[in-house]
Amino acid sequence: MHLAAHFPGVNNTTVWADPRSRSQIDFSSFEQLARTAERGKFDFFFLAEGLRLREHNGRVHDLDVVGRPESLTVLNALAAVTDRLGLAATVNATFNEPYELARRLATLDHLSAGRAAWNVVTSSDAFTGENFRRGGYLDRADRYTRAAEFVATARELWDSWTPDGTSRPFAHEGPQFAISGEFTVPRPPQGHPVVIQAGDSDEGREFAASAADVIFTRHGTLEAGRDFYADVKARLAAYGREPGDLKIMPGVTVVTGDTDAEAQERAAGIRRQQVSPQNAILTAEQIWGTDLSAYDPDGPLPAIDPVPDSEITQGRVRHGDPFAIVARWRAISEAKGLSLRQTVIETTTRQSFIGSPRTVAAELTAFVDERAADGFILVPHLTPSGLDDFVDRVVPLLQESGAFRTEYTGSTLRSHLGLPEPVWKG
Amino acid sequence: MSARTSLHLAAEIGGPPHYDAGHYLRLARLAEDGALDYVTLGDSFARPGLDALAVLARVAPATDRIGLVPTVTTTHTEPFHVSSAVATLDWVSRGRAGWSADVSTTEAEARLFGRRTAAPPAALWQEAGEVADVSGRLWDSWEDDAEIRDTATGRFIDRDKLHYVDFEGATFSVRGPAIVPRPPQGRPVTVIDATTGPAREAAARHADVVHIRATTPEQAAAVRDEVRAKAAAHGRDPGALRVLVALTVDLGDMETAPEPGLESGPRLAGRGTYFRGGPVDLADLIAQWHRAGAADGFHLTPITPERDLERIVNGTVALLQHRSLFRTFHPGGTLREHLGLVRPASRYAAARAVAKEV
Ligand SMILES: Cc1cc2nc3c(=O)[nH]c(=O)nc-3n(C[C@H](O)[C@H](O)[C@H](O)COP(=O)(O)O)c2cc1C
Repeated sequence: MHLAAHFPGVNNTTVWADPRSRSQIDFSSFEQLARTAERGKFDFFFLAEGLRLREHNGRVHDLDVVGRPESLTVLNALAAVTDRLGLAATVNATFNEPYELARRLATLDHLSAGRAAWNVVTSSDAFTGENFRRGGYLDRADRYTRAAEFVATARELWDSWTPDGTSRPFAHEGPQFAISGEFTVPRPPQGHPVVIQAGDSDEGREFAASAADVIFTRHGTLEAGRDFYADVKARLAAYGREPGDLKIMPGVTVVTGDTDAEAQERAAGIRRQQVSPQNAILTAEQIWGTDLSAYDPDGPLPAIDPVPDSEITQGRVRHGDPFAIVARWRAISEAKGLSLRQTVIETTTRQSFIGSPRTVAAELTAFVDERAADGFILVPHLTPSGLDDFVDRVVPLLQESGAFRTEYTGSTLRSHLGLPEPVWKG
Repeated sequence: MSARTSLHLAAEIGGPPHYDAGHYLRLARLAEDGALDYVTLGDSFARPGLDALAVLARVAPATDRIGLVPTVTTTHTEPFHVSSAVATLDWVSRGRAGWSADVSTTEAEARLFGRRTAAPPAALWQEAGEVADVSGRLWDSWEDDAEIRDTATGRFIDRDKLHYVDFEGATFSVRGPAIVPRPPQGRPVTVIDATTGPAREAAARHADVVHIRATTPEQAAAVRDEVRAKAAAHGRDPGALRVLVALTVDLGDMETAPEPGLESGPRLAGRGTYFRGGPVDLADLIAQWHRAGAADGFHLTPITPERDLERIVNGTVALLQHRSLFRTFHPGGTLREHLGLVRPASRYAAARAVAKEV
């Protein structure tokens, strides 16, 4: 089993109102969470990315945690205070250039002695583009075309030094990039930093099957996880890859307590913290596509139809057909007699693993045994203490049963993940 | 010549490339032991070596006081990313970050990106100035007290204290606000090497620290006066500017007396000034120029960092400290404090305060 730690981010699942919540930006927060993950012998520490502050109703969204550091810079600093933990940066392939990013990733791999990973994301829209020279919008198919050529080009650059340390000129000529010269950093300790992909569409899965070492997915239930796992692993053969060459790691949340009942109670409390009355209205506005500030979060669902294709929220992907979602919410609200806020809590929050440490350890192990995942990216709801319970109480049980390592056996992220070093293609 | 200010010293720790952190960490700690204001680490996309900002981020948690100033080029990068990375260096170093803005002039560098051809320095420095400008705006775009964590209203931030920068430059535009909250220093320190004409213009407008080159104290003073006058013409307070003379130093042979002519100043070699002699001679030269009011300090580039930085710290700096010309410890925690520069208020907070009064 592989385990990674996600630094809590900018959405309402991160509970900032909790008295234990600390800064989302001070280095001490990053250091503490990373040290906890390393104490738990985790494979890697993961940072997400956002390139423009989200907006709602034409104004900066103000209810959730806002503001974060630039990923690669923080991870280089974390390399100074950790020894074995992998360091994964989410970096957009749309608003960067291969030469610069390949150099920055190779640098992190050198400075961390082989612990770097790159989560390749593609999301781009005109909204985000307003902060960049490139500007503009790439539609989905083009985004993955660019991402695929981006990764291939980065690999050419990393391979432009021989493993024994001689540099050779490179030249890449493709539809997206026509670049040449000499790469200034020797081949990274891992050969190539680990490549992670996060994205779920058919194009996204295909891209992951062809080019990624790890896939970060949202499929957190056993059923959905199994389907996803089977689908993605089946795609590998077409690229001459083995099932073990791509690790599937869903993002999951864990809540523990002394007993299953206590854990359930804590989980319910966390859900209420995550969906404040203000957040309930805002979430509903995202679905209805219109201003609902006049509605009472403790009252019934708005009796109006949603507005399709609304741009009420910017900087966040809108999922699904709003009419279908509203219909489902109404059914749930009526069947269970739930208020608007209770309905939002019921439908939008998701805690994947809730129970005593023993229950959670058993369920996580079952997910891996039943081929729904190769491991998990844990998304705590508190900064920076959100992993303490898991590391102190669940990890020892996983180690006892032999499901998880008791010590790092290698020093690089590739070795933690059991991934082979990429063959040098000079 | 202007009145004498306290002496500032900085050192470059680059040289032949190293691909591990240990080498750079040792040098940065050495400079920190000497209470130097900051270390610089040169960089360009065309020279072998690691990304300089990343190296200094790696050094940050393992040092306490020394200022960290990587070279960051602006020609082929995204201004938004540049400002985020420098702000983050300030966060991870708890207020010790600067950046030395530079341009990429060669066709070889342009080919690494394949997006534009090489351009003349004047145009590139115009752009670099705009990158410095927009970076300052982005660092200001979060007022210091924007994060409120107000549980009563459920608001994490006061969005009235976040600002769009809406910057329109000649080659790029940025909407803002920043993703990274306002850094500890308000604005990390902007350093520009003003050796060339177009760079001098950008330096006068945007730099907090200006590196200049001169062969005599008189010449240094003249350039310093020119930079300060230009800054004033741009509406800036010249007192909020530090002008450091850049010297390449070779302390290789401590036994050798200074070469003829050095008594009155170092001799020009290549692009900059080049000093060869012993640590004591270097201390004399620094003291003499500083006493003459020729500069606020010196940026020293040792030709062999491992050897010469040690001699600078344990020889030159120790002597200057002994003569009470240089401090023996860092009086503050941030690079701005070392340099005696105030922490700037956000321009948007100031504008809002004025708007309120009207
Ligand atoms: C689990 C997961 C995490 C993601 N994290 C980020 C992120 O941190 N930053 C980002 O810009 N996009 C992120 N994305 C968005 C993806 O990169 C991608 O753009 C999006 O899912 C649309 O692609 P798709 O249609 O293939 O799903 C994430 C997606 C998933 C599934």
